[in-house]
Amino acid sequence: MEQGTKAESTGTLRVKRGLAEMLKGGVIMDVVNAEQATIAEESGAVAVMALERVPADIRAHGGVARMADPTRVEEIMEAVSIPVMAKARIGHFVEAQVLQSLGVDYIDESEVLTPADSHHHIDKWAFTTPFVCGARNLGEALRRLAEGAAMIRTKGEPGTGNVVEAVTHMRRMNREIAQAAAAGDDQMMALARDMGAPVELLREVAGSGRLPVVNFAAGGIATPSDAAMMMQLGCDGIFVGSGIFKSGDQAARARAIVEATTFYRDPQIVAKVSRNLGEAMVGIEIDDIPAGQRMQERGW
Amino acid sequence: MLALQGDVREHARMVAASGGIPSEVRTPTDLEGIDALIIPGGESTTIGRLATLYGLVDPLRSRISDGLPTLGTCAGMIFLASEVTGGDQPLLGALDMVVERNAFGRQNESFECDLAVDGWEYAFPAVFIRAPVVDRTAPDIEVLASHNGRPVLVRKDHVMACAFHPELTGDDRVHRMLIDLVG
Repeated sequence: MEQGTKAESTGTLRVKRGLAEMLKGGVIMDVVNAEQATIAEESGAVAVMALERVPADIRAHGGVARMADPTRVEEIMEAVSIPVMAKARIGHFVEAQVLQSLGVDYIDESEVLTPADSHHHIDKWAFTTPFVCGARNLGEALRRLAEGAAMIRTKGEPGTGNVVEAVTHMRRMNREIAQAAAAGDDQMMALARDMGAPVELLREVAGSGRLPVVNFAAGGIATPSDAAMMMQLGCDGIFVGSGIFKSGDQAARARAIVEATTFYRDPQIVAKVSRNLGEAMVGIEIDDIPAGQRMQERGW
Repeated sequence: MLALQGDVREHARMVAASGGIPSEVRTPTDLEGIDALIIPGGESTTIGRLATLYGLVDPLRSRISDGLPTLGTCAGMIFLASEVTGGDQPLLGALDMVVERNAFGRQNESFECDLAVDGWEYAFPAVFIRAPVVDRTAPDIEVLASHNGRPVLVRKDHVMACAFHPELTGDDRVHRMLIDLVG
């Protein structure tokens, strides 16, 4: 039975934001090769993030961190059936063009890599491929949405295995959304100015009481309890960077974080999956990182 | 809604708007007392894995075969199928059909279009996101809509599945079909 269909539209806001909606309640894992991607998929990841080195290694080795080698990205795309995301440097629109041409499913304009532009982010409206961007507060999130991002994540402090900054950013986001919702129409412009937020998007948030896109937690999540706490704080899902592949039993930890993310309100399940995972990644105190080397301060 | 992973909140909003009372299913106990089931969009490999691990596959199969009105969207359609082309993942087999995952390609090929549905006065705003299509069906499965000749909305008795995401639109006709089945 053939049915007539009208023209198809690709790359629409609904299609871009829609994929992020499908990832909710799930875990997106950083991977550097096809083997890790396969472990992630078999462990129940909803997507993988392809990059050259995980944040902990970028932090340890220093130097300029860039988009991954296209061959590596393609190997990962070949290896798994779940969506593949990849990171481009802040403001590096050509790295983003390259990633779009490879056919990745989402581009992360990421502070984990070395910024390529110290004033501008990528004009994300110019792409069919959707973008996710990091944010520490509501103003930063809304600036990224105004540039065309279709998904937000907290920045946290990547590569530390220390969840404190992700918690700070999530709580600040919640507090500022509540503040916007409680503010009157006559306060909107002043609030927009103080937050550095585009006023029309701020009005939308004030009206609905939530971000218009999905907001995941990222940056320092290393254990099942970390993931469940971020979910209880109201985020929509979890990015795990170095936390899995810098730990002891990688597959077991990956599975445990997936289960803790689904059953985040059930401490008995979180306890059960947390048993015998081997060593977690070594953590770093945020105060021990020199101010100029905090990744979360990248982005404008 | 089966709430292991996926766009549960959007379905909850549609159910509430269509006159139902949404609730979340994560364990076999949660299945008691529900009058209809929605399996949301999400990642079918993740949903299938968690359903297997937490003992939901058999209880879901028996409730659905006992007549529980059920709707699966996208990943939910895959989970309801009996076979996936070139894949090996846990399936419920509630609809005797073969489904092809990511049949339109990757995210850059995801699209929206107006879809004609059998017996409906005007087209449905269909959103396809890394969507599957039905490759082959048993003859007793009713095909209600197709895209380029391939079925994307199917029904057999009280079980419905679509490759697109009615929950991402303001159009509740698919959800009302499910709620009407509760009677």
